Amino acid sequence: MKALNDLKVGEKAVVSEILTDGAMRRRFIDIGLIKGCLVKCVGISPFKNPKAYLIRGAVIAIRNGDCADIMVSGEVV
Amino acid sequence: MELKKTIALMGNPNVGKSTVFNALTGMKQHTGNWAGKTVETATGYFKSNSTTYEMTDLPGTYSLFTHSAEESVARDFLCFENSDKTVVVCSASCLERSLILALQCMEIKNDIIICVNLLDEAERMGYKIDLEKLSEILNVRVVGTVARNKKSLSNLIKNLNYKDTKSDFKIEYPKIIENAIKIIETTLENFDFNINKRFLSLRILEQNRSFLEKVKLQNGKSVMEISEIKASLSEALDYLKKEGLYENRISDFIASAVVKMAEITASEVISKTKSQYSKRTETADKILTHKFSGFGIMLLGLCLVFWITIYGANYLSNGLSFLFSYIEKFLESFFDFIKLPNLIKDIIIDGAFKVTSWVVSVMLPPMAIFFPLFTFLEDIGYLPRIAYNLDEPFNRCKSCGKQALTMCMGFGCNAAGVTGCRIIDSKRDRILAIITNSLVPCNGRFPAIIAIISMFLVTLGGFFGSLLEAFILTLVIMLSVAFTLISTKILSATLFKGTPSAFTLEMPPYRKPQILKILVRSLLDRTAFVLGRAVTVAVPAGIIIWLFANVKIGDLSLLAHISAFLDPVASLLGLDGVILLAFILGLPANEIVIPIIIMGYLSASSLTDLPSLNIMKDIFIQNGWTIKTAINFIIFCLFHWPCSTTLMTIKKETGSLKLAVFSALLPTLIGVLLCFFINLIF
Repeated sequence: MKALNDLKVGEKAVVSEILTDGAMRRRFIDIGLIKGCLVKCVGISPFKNPKAYLIRGAVIAIRNGDCADIMVSGEVV
Repeated sequence: MELKKTIALMGNPNVGKSTVFNALTGMKQHTGNWAGKTVETATGYFKSNSTTYEMTDLPGTYSLFTHSAEESVARDFLCFENSDKTVVVCSASCLERSLILALQCMEIKNDIIICVNLLDEAERMGYKIDLEKLSEILNVRVVGTVARNKKSLSNLIKNLNYKDTKSDFKIEYPKIIENAIKIIETTLENFDFNINKRFLSLRILEQNRSFLEKVKLQNGKSVMEISEIKASLSEALDYLKKEGLYENRISDFIASAVVKMAEITASEVISKTKSQYSKRTETADKILTHKFSGFGIMLLGLCLVFWITIYGANYLSNGLSFLFSYIEKFLESFFDFIKLPNLIKDIIIDGAFKVTSWVVSVMLPPMAIFFPLFTFLEDIGYLPRIAYNLDEPFNRCKSCGKQALTMCMGFGCNAAGVTGCRIIDSKRDRILAIITNSLVPCNGRFPAIIAIISMFLVTLGGFFGSLLEAFILTLVIMLSVAFTLISTKILSATLFKGTPSAFTLEMPPYRKPQILKILVRSLLDRTAFVLGRAVTVAVPAGIIIWLFANVKIGDLSLLAHISAFLDPVASLLGLDGVILLAFILGLPANEIVIPIIIMGYLSASSLTDLPSLNIMKDIFIQNGWTIKTAINFIIFCLFHWPCSTTLMTIKKETGSLKLAVFSALLPTLIGVLLCFFINLIF
């Protein structure tokens, strides 16, 4: 199983489990990042952290450390 | 009779709420292409069909249940202020996400109008949205708009005029949640909380304490203080547990149902003609956030902005000072004509008028050019990219990524930057960002720094000279950013220990800037505002400094006494008493520092010529300035106490006088240390 921050630019995947807890978990859900959501990594910042993800039509930057607990599965072509 | 209606304006960040608000009310809420720009509510009025509407623009929020200060403002307004209608602005280019909030709002209020904005942007991205179908599915009024185009808003106004057709929309939750809701809702029937019962039941189920504390009966008792409700909650929790849903996952379960509903709704109303995210934005992002070109363009861009500012300001400055010298001559002959006593004439002309004309001719031009350029970058959506590029250094310093954004705002105005820190969720991160905000120079300080650079550090004139000046100014800015990072790092390792809160930064599509609007808005609002503040300070300051310079105690003027008193300290820092006094008197507004210095020097040497950089330089050199003085001045201008407006804002935002004092001490300490060592070494 991969974490969200393992995605390379251009890769897509589906969220299989969010292991984050507390306020951050809620924040993810609020932007629509829930189990079953399709995510695409669309960019990486110059220092390789954070990365940018396309989530439900919006591009959102998330730090690698913060999304290490979001598990994703299955490269969707 | 005239009707009055109140309207709340809700929406995700950066979907154009403020644009809708401005177009309808004719107000001048500042707009910009980045999430979190509106941190306070704004209220405006407009009339249509003999009804007066009072519209409140609420801070953008992703959800009604997150924790940042500015987001709970929006939720509380919706829940506790009885507005007649609520307009939820959605972004057509990102409808699915926008609908999450719209659905949440519809659970509280039954007078919602969904305003699908940015239809033009969605079209360019290849989305087509069936507004009628959306209205049908959700049983709610839906209007499509392109808020930048005022005409498209007439439809929204028409819908506001309609008599309420209360919709009975409900989000269907999974069966077990519905059963649990029923348990609590039945108990709630016996109480009058003046809030949607189904909505309240859900929040009770989630045990959203911070919210429930605010929901009160008329006798002041809050929800969870009532034993019947507590009992029904534990009954519901027991039931859910039996069904396999544990307490800590209930909130998730409910929220996910809303997200899924948004997903399903969106998929039914959106048809894609091209199935991709905006190509243009994608390409632009590849270049602007690339590891080499990203930084290259950022620094070159900064340099270019400064160069345009310096080069252009030069011409404007000369023109203005020419104009002022004429006004001065005119005033002089006018005062002679009406036989004004010499003393008053001197106070007005040499005191008030001269300082004011200095402020205007030296400070106005850079502002008038820099502000529109800054607004331009804001408008196209470049600011979030800067934050994205710079996030890792901030991460290393254990601070929130949004601090890069509030730092950028500080370049415009530190007080605005401090207020902007509300976009940061955690208290620790917010305080760090607030304290370090005034380490970057605001617009009131830029002109002074530019003036000193062009007088002392770049003797080369013309095109290459201004290019070199821009380069040096860029270095100065990099220095201030470096110290922002260093101080943040030190503070978070000592006084404010902790881990930074996680953050999500939205990067909106680049949008075409509205050039004309940028010019009008930034010149009329920002520049006029800052200049107005500077002038209102400059007039009394001019009079005070004139009195200081002319009231004599013994042989020496008051000014000479004070600056002689400050001289020993100032000379340790490589400055002189007059400069230090100017910084102290400049507390209300940094714009007046240089004018005060000039006044201080002039009073001794009785030069009465018109202001221009060359003459200024001569005056400075006569008073012992060297390149070292210039460098120390720039350093001290970067790092000293923030202006009184900023300090008061810090006090207001943190609610702590201690933190406000600390925010003044930190930059001062940095400035004093740097100046001291530079003075010692060179």
